[in-house]
Amino acid sequence: MAPARIAWRVATVVEVVEETPHARTLVLDVPGWPGHVAGQHVDVRLTAPDGYQAQRSYSIASGPEAPHVALTVARIDDGEVSPYLAGEVAVGDGLELRGPIGGHFTWTAADGGPLLLVAGGSGLVPLMAMLRHRAAAGSGAEARLLLSARTAPDVLYAAELAELAADPALTVTTTLTRSAPDGWGGRRGRVDAAMLDAAAPAPAAMPRTYVCGPTAFVERVADLLVARGHAAGTIHAERFGPTGG
Amino acid sequence: MAFISRGFHGRPRRDVDPSRVPPGQYVVEDFPVLSAGPTPRVPTEEWTFTIQGAVDEAVTWTWDELAALPAETFTVDIHCVTKWSKLGTSWTGVSVDTLLESVATEADFVTAYSDGDYTTNLALEDITDGRAWVVQAFEGEPLEAEHGGPARLLVPHLYFWKSAKWVRGLTLTPEDEPGFWEAAGYHNHGDPWHEQRYWGD
Repeated sequence: MAPARIAWRVATVVEVVEETPHARTLVLDVPGWPGHVAGQHVDVRLTAPDGYQAQRSYSIASGPEAPHVALTVARIDDGEVSPYLAGEVAVGDGLELRGPIGGHFTWTAADGGPLLLVAGGSGLVPLMAMLRHRAAAGSGAEARLLLSARTAPDVLYAAELAELAADPALTVTTTLTRSAPDGWGGRRGRVDAAMLDAAAPAPAAMPRTYVCGPTAFVERVADLLVARGHAAGTIHAERFGPTGG
Repeated sequence: MAFISRGFHGRPRRDVDPSRVPPGQYVVEDFPVLSAGPTPRVPTEEWTFTIQGAVDEAVTWTWDELAALPAETFTVDIHCVTKWSKLGTSWTGVSVDTLLESVATEADFVTAYSDGDYTTNLALEDITDGRAWVVQAFEGEPLEAEHGGPARLLVPHLYFWKSAKWVRGLTLTPEDEPGFWEAAGYHNHGDPWHEQRYWGD
């Protein structure tokens, strides 16, 4: 039997959350949503009155247990789609999407741990879905999140991450690459080998590793992990480029 | 009739010939990188390319042997399922037709396989008659590792995941066997002009 086509659906924006100066979350009611696995994405399609269309992919930020589907969109100033999603769209608007899509960059509680998540900027989004799922499912899987952001105000979901990190089985390490506020207790600078030694499980623990961020970030981190001795087959990568508009 | 997005007017590129852009695609100038795992880095001295499977006898080329085959330089448009298209890209490589001259087969399908355990499946008819190459250079320069170097398959008339990076060979098969992305929900054929992105499209 031929597999069913993934249907386009018109979701309704039920809440807009300003996450950082450059990113916001659209909380969507999606009629007929079939459910998703943490790490999957959706395709969003915008249609102008003249019929012109633009499509882009966005990671799902919400865990599968959440009542709505949440997308966190970082605004790319010269982009075509993200300024609309991160600026124009308002509560009550419809948004055409289809999904969930993707079967590789995914994690479920049944997969177990240990888990190593490495995020560059808004690369945190699909990894946050994993952490939300981990908490909602009551998973005790050991998890480490290493998060790289430019400045403290750029850190997505900071308050929620602090709450999640009350779980002793979850360690969150944040490094700021551009500037840090007075009294910053986290790390400084780009992710490097020393930072991975401090923040990541040993390669022998065979952590399921998910790296998401801009291409250069993912290339560098994945190379560091391979050099550190992590088996290439344990490392899942998701790269996005400046054209993500 | 598609749903109209309130307040969206789009910003299509006016300098692009729309007949070269498949539905749902937008044109980029840069060259995005998409891969499922770390970038494999194999020195050309250790690289080989093998045609095996349902063939009379498997054939393997070293890097130098492949480079000694007649090469073609050509310009094509490429289209990634993640929606970007890049127009007028120039590549240099060996036609798959040239490689297949070295084997006899009655198979109708192939699986391209790569370093990093990546695979993708293709109908033989999609990679013959001048429609596919094993390329070693992009825009006149050696192909960078993050774009699939030292060599990748190039099948420009299908979505770019069919153009397997870090390619190490072709396995000819009598039956069609889904590859890495095809087994994970992506379309088995992947024609961008028909928007064959996912299962069921």
